Amino acid sequence: MLKIEHINSGYGKTRIIHDVSLHIAPGEIVSVIGRNGVGKSTLMKTIIGLNGLDSGEILFDGKHVSKMKAHQRARLGMGYVAQGHGILSSLTVEDNIKMGMDINSKGMIQARFDQVYEYFPRLAERKTQIAGTMSGGEQAMLSIARVLVGQPKIILLDEPSEGVQPNIVHKIGEIVELICKEFDLTVLLVEQHMGLIQQVSQKSYVMDKGVLIAELTKEQLNDSNIIKQYLTV
Amino acid sequence: MSLFGILYQFSDSFTFLILAALGLAIIFGMMGIINLAQGEFIMVGAYATTIIINQGFPYPVGILGGALAAALLGFVMDRLIISHLYQRVLDSVVATWGISLVLSEGMLQLFGPSMQSVSMPLGSVSIDGSKYSVYKLLLTLLAIGVVILIYLLFTKTEFGRKARATMQSRDISESLGVNTKAVYSETFVIGSALAGLTGALYAPTMTITPTMGNNFMVQSFVTVMCGGANPILGSVLSGGVLGLVNSTLSVTISAFFGKIGLLIITIIIIRVLPTGFTGLIEKTGARRRR
Repeated sequence: MLKIEHINSGYGKTRIIHDVSLHIAPGEIVSVIGRNGVGKSTLMKTIIGLNGLDSGEILFDGKHVSKMKAHQRARLGMGYVAQGHGILSSLTVEDNIKMGMDINSKGMIQARFDQVYEYFPRLAERKTQIAGTMSGGEQAMLSIARVLVGQPKIILLDEPSEGVQPNIVHKIGEIVELICKEFDLTVLLVEQHMGLIQQVSQKSYVMDKGVLIAELTKEQLNDSNIIKQYLTV
Repeated sequence: MSLFGILYQFSDSFTFLILAALGLAIIFGMMGIINLAQGEFIMVGAYATTIIINQGFPYPVGILGGALAAALLGFVMDRLIISHLYQRVLDSVVATWGISLVLSEGMLQLFGPSMQSVSMPLGSVSIDGSKYSVYKLLLTLLAIGVVILIYLLFTKTEFGRKARATMQSRDISESLGVNTKAVYSETFVIGSALAGLTGALYAPTMTITPTMGNNFMVQSFVTVMCGGANPILGSVLSGGVLGLVNSTLSVTISAFFGKIGLLIITIIIIRVLPTGFTGLIEKTGARRRR
């Protein structure tokens, strides 16, 4: 589904991502873990195309997308949920969801709308509410609902637990697992909340200083000694 | 002066401010481009309209032609220059100032220092012993119609939703499949067309010269500044308040004091409401929600 080969990227002359390669098979939920500021979000922005690629290759669904702009990658079926949820705060909930329609924009949109509102009944109740006035948890749900409505093939989830109450984080994990099954989705998750990672990830890459230093299985993710080894400063 | 006379003065002032500011406000509010060539786009609209009407075409065709000529110019300018300057406020000031010089000098070379104007259509109507231009009354209705159309375009259509989303976050919109460059380009063409429409509508009321755009620039900028971030609501509120001050002073003292009053009230508004009228409305709304 997503194949990243030796990519390097950063901001201007400052290189953040160094020679990163990773593969995600269809239907997998894969996470990238690491401490603050190691380049996880930069990696996500590079994959979706919001951050320039210095070198390397990104293949999505068998297509070379490295030279494509972000909106072109989105239209191929790449859904991106930004860090902090990326809600368009001045738009209503419904207008935010409609913004997702251009992702992989082909047919069955109304049916997908109804389905998304079934999964997130709270959003259906608040269609006309200004999105910026919602709680962190509701904004997280809205950001996921927004990409779902566009029928993506993969979702790049950048720290969905950020700004969300701890008791809602587990609920987000359940939603991620559920939509993966129901919508036949692949997910690349960047997260710092270990509970969420252990709940949903089938495998995980560990990132440090812009480099992927290890690949962990689901079993290894549940081993606190291994996690300590990689995530403590 | 009769009540109708006072209302006429107010609507004349309000219409001028709204039409002069709307295109500028949309381009600045949506794209972060300060278009110093706005006056020249208005001038191009006026020239195109005058030429078309002088060729024997009816006024509506001339007005449409003026708006289209400015839209076409806006499209070309966007492709050649503006598209490289999106969200670069200071660079856009310099570039559009250059465009304004080229356009006014170009018109001077092409058509000379002035062009034969067309007469104001529709005649006048006499109320309480005073005569009022029917065309200027119609202009107010047209300005209200234009504001409503633009409001509907930006709030009820897919393009409007994408434009508002792009205005708020280019990156998020792009990641949701929106070609933000195309949205900016279309917005610039709409802003240019509105400037052209303004020139077209005012062509029968003014002397057509290459520098006629200057008559609109000060008023359009102060209206946009007082209006704040929301281009449509801001322009309407700002046009209303500034128009009221301008028309009251023009009627009670003189047109000169009307202009002085406009600038003084602008200074006061910017001092008291640095984010303009729409900033005040947003703050009040946020307070109510808490």
